[in-house]
Amino acid sequence: MAAITATTAKPKNRPRYWRGIVAVVAGLYFLGPLVVSVIFTVDVPNQGFTLSAYTGILGAAGFLSSLRLTLELAVATIVVVLLLLVPAMIAVRLSAPRLRTLIEIVCSLPLVVPAVALTAGIVSVLRWGPTTLARTPLYETILQIQNPSFPVVLVLAYVLMALPLAYRTLDAGLRALDLVTLVEAARNCGASPARAVLRVVLPNLRGALLNTAFLTLALVLGEYTVASILGFTPFAVWIVGIGGSQAQMSVAVSVLSLVLTWVLLLILAAAGRGPSFRTSSRKLKVKETS
Amino acid sequence: MTATATEASAVRDAGGATVEFRGLRRVFGTTTALDGLDLTIRPGELVALLGPSGCGKTTALRIVAGFEQPDAGQVLVDGEDVTGVPAHRRNAGMVFQSYSLFPHLSAADNVAFGLRMRGVGTAARRKRATELLELVGLPEHGDRFPHQLSGGQQQRIALARALALEPKVLLLDEPLSALDAKVRVTLRDEIRRLQLELGITTLFVTHDQEEALSTADRVAVMHGGRLEQCAPPAELYDTPATAFVAEFVGTMNRIPGRTGNDGTVEVLGRRLPSRGEARPDTGVDALVRPEALDVTPGGDARVVTASFHGAVTRLTLALADGTTLKADVPSHRAPELPAGAAVTVGLPDRPVLVDDRTA
Repeated sequence: MAAITATTAKPKNRPRYWRGIVAVVAGLYFLGPLVVSVIFTVDVPNQGFTLSAYTGILGAAGFLSSLRLTLELAVATIVVVLLLLVPAMIAVRLSAPRLRTLIEIVCSLPLVVPAVALTAGIVSVLRWGPTTLARTPLYETILQIQNPSFPVVLVLAYVLMALPLAYRTLDAGLRALDLVTLVEAARNCGASPARAVLRVVLPNLRGALLNTAFLTLALVLGEYTVASILGFTPFAVWIVGIGGSQAQMSVAVSVLSLVLTWVLLLILAAAGRGPSFRTSSRKLKVKETS
Repeated sequence: MTATATEASAVRDAGGATVEFRGLRRVFGTTTALDGLDLTIRPGELVALLGPSGCGKTTALRIVAGFEQPDAGQVLVDGEDVTGVPAHRRNAGMVFQSYSLFPHLSAADNVAFGLRMRGVGTAARRKRATELLELVGLPEHGDRFPHQLSGGQQQRIALARALALEPKVLLLDEPLSALDAKVRVTLRDEIRRLQLELGITTLFVTHDQEEALSTADRVAVMHGGRLEQCAPPAELYDTPATAFVAEFVGTMNRIPGRTGNDGTVEVLGRRLPSRGEARPDTGVDALVRPEALDVTPGGDARVVTASFHGAVTRLTLALADGTTLKADVPSHRAPELPAGAAVTVGLPDRPVLVDDRTA
């Protein structure tokens, strides 16, 4: 984002003081509460400057395990969402364009189901499951997906919740490509259909794949409702539990989760920026010379 | 464009295949794109498929590339039926109408993409890409990305990419239609020069008759999924086989006449041998080019307007019976034939093409 803004915002002969005003207002709006929160957490009355609120969190039982669980859930969700959607969306565009609307509707359905309703549904299935399936091999399955060390059921719920976001971002990425022509060009160059997708389509979808991963990660990091109702403790649930006991700590908890989310997203963005994208520069627009 | 003989010969060895369409049929839902197309393209020949949109020319090309399957009929390359061969195993290089370079690869990598698919080593790939970039006149642009290239440059790179695998057939699907007029003419001439140099059999789909007539060895005019006529440009223009060809290529006048019983037609007060299908002794239209009409001062026809076109001036004439004609006269004669002048319209001593009267 930063790169795009930098190149499109060319200096013009217009007064630019309003930009400064916007920056100050936005800065105050976004950073003000943050700064105040940080000050509140480190400046305790009668004690002066102390980091005890933060060390308290880091030292509390369950910090690492809940964080690890969240990250594992995030990775699993991202992988499942991408494996589910990318092949389906490419295939639909290449060979069955009429099914596009169907996929769009299916992927948008989770938007109309509130998280609480989704969870209520999951809860009733999980209750009904063991008794009904008691004598089938599926009994083990239904227990296994609720394994607290890695609750697959949460991944399933998160995948559903991430579908609308993932569909939109992937759709935007695919829209920007002339997929049919690119695949035909690749096949004309001797690439089998599978290689055409791997070597030409996926590299050009990199931005969209990254954005999808980005949004899914953010969603999983901040998800509280489903996990807490189902009784699992990923990071968001743990952090709420730990924060309730002490004023300073509760604010420190939100500051910390904000910073953590931010860091993870930065890492993801950095990981996604490949060599071929670094060499290309949109500033060079060559004039017609032929 | 500094193609040396060695670069050209590298591709020439593979060029020069015969391409044959045999009774190709393709139906999309309710529209018949190809309705029994038969056409043979000789080795090293550039044939332009020309026709209005929806005439099936692009479908025919895509069948050669393997992107469409015919419902019936065959495509033969060098006598071998390739109809069942998947697209990526056909030896046909294609340049697409829309910009089709892979956006994530540099120009050189785009050109070398096919070689990479074939497992050619990096050094050999690089060498070949450099050769081809020189061939299309863009040796300095190898490390540019598609979005840094102009439309004309992108199509040149696409041409280099299509030639990289030394295809037997080169397929051009309206490659110039997205470019602006000036670039279009330059690139069209370069494509032709390159094609002659490489001696590669080429199919060039276009809806622009000027493009077809100026570049092709033979122009195949298609209409409603069928071949109307395939002939060298001059023959196509001078002696069109059908009324459709006559009116699609260039400008054509329809002059009312009447056929005789002996294969002649009476038109503008003269009796001339007739061509084309028309029943004897019926009212027909004679099809005559504007430049074939002989306009002389004095008579019962009238000049309605005269518009200057450089070397020629186009006159719009009204005959005594109300028929409107277009005639091109050399501009130096235009002053004798101002708007409003009374003139006589004459025909050359040649057989005329006749067609059933319209309207």
